[in-house]
Amino acid sequence: MSKLKLITDGFIKNNPTFVLVLGMCPTLATTTSAMNGLEMGLATLFVLILSNMAISLIAPIVPDKVHIPVYIVVIATFVTVLQLLMQAYLPSVYQTLGLFIPLIVVNCIVLGRAEAFANKNSVIDSALDGIGIGLGFTLSLTVIGIVREILGSGSIFGWKFIPGDGILAFVMAPGAFMVLGYLMVLFNKIAKKN
Amino acid sequence: MEYIIIIVSAIFVNNILLSQFLGICPFLGVSNKLSTATGMSGAVCFVITLATVVTYLLNKYLLLPFGLEFLQTIAFILVIAALVQMVEIVLKKISPSLYQALGIFLPLITTNCAVLGVAITVVTKEFTFGDASHMLNLGQAVVYAIATSLGYGLAMILFAGLREHLAMNDVPKSFKGLPIALITVSIMAMAFLGFSGIV
Repeated sequence: MSKLKLITDGFIKNNPTFVLVLGMCPTLATTTSAMNGLEMGLATLFVLILSNMAISLIAPIVPDKVHIPVYIVVIATFVTVLQLLMQAYLPSVYQTLGLFIPLIVVNCIVLGRAEAFANKNSVIDSALDGIGIGLGFTLSLTVIGIVREILGSGSIFGWKFIPGDGILAFVMAPGAFMVLGYLMVLFNKIAKKN
Repeated sequence: MEYIIIIVSAIFVNNILLSQFLGICPFLGVSNKLSTATGMSGAVCFVITLATVVTYLLNKYLLLPFGLEFLQTIAFILVIAALVQMVEIVLKKISPSLYQALGIFLPLITTNCAVLGVAITVVTKEFTFGDASHMLNLGQAVVYAIATSLGYGLAMILFAGLREHLAMNDVPKSFKGLPIALITVSIMAMAFLGFSGIV
């Protein structure tokens, strides 16, 4: 498998949101605007790359019986690092994303990639896979965020181009499910040609 | 009175699935059949309540006195993982029939973000009842955990009922499966928005 393909696979073929349908909680909860979606995606990308690399390094020496708890602790460590870094340098972002930063620990994408890819591939390949899947996740979250922000508040990345209030429901819970549902339909239509 | 406010707000107004988006993966994964949805809700209810009590005590008597709040994430996920394992072993011994019924769902609960989400919310968020806002005490934390998991069960079982009917309908090909389910959840969430403003 070529190195480039490892990265691009995460965008369409293994897109974590629309194909693998993993990590739905942050996908729905943090995409109230394009910026929030982008930030959440990048936070997950950070943890994903580091945990993929660490796990591919330690996988050969971890006994099979306890591998899941070990992986979870590795992931939780990187999440704590991320939490401390964000509290220090990006406190406002940390406030907006709130609970969903510590919840990256239980994001099935991270543990899923550790199990499916990182524990049987080299460090470089695992890092590239982390970058690909992480960018795919970031891309999906940003797209959902853009759609919700346009419909819900008439702006895009904070730049307001439709005057007025927008359709409030799209910023709230129902809009999250609806936008994701319809985007999935669109993705099925285009990517799977059915 | 406080307890009633906590219960109504956790079940209806701030429903964990439909307005807080916690625990969506198992919600979409096992809501195909009413019976599995009920089993999953039972298991989640059990583990959320137990995990909240243990993590609350751990936080209050171990992490806070030693100034180790930054370890919350790691400590809590370890406690939850260990607890799920323990519940599994105990149930297997004491009540094999319940273990059979919950069986496959138990190990999945470790990675259910509703459990970690509730545990972290209880120890970090200030709740407002009436006029003053304060942290929950142990009794309120337990009531909050039970009510939240009942809300989880309610949404899950309602949705499983709807989904069983959906399965028999003829939906367009690209809507089949998850997309139509998500749109149904969206309409349910809209209905639950009607509860906002009660408390």
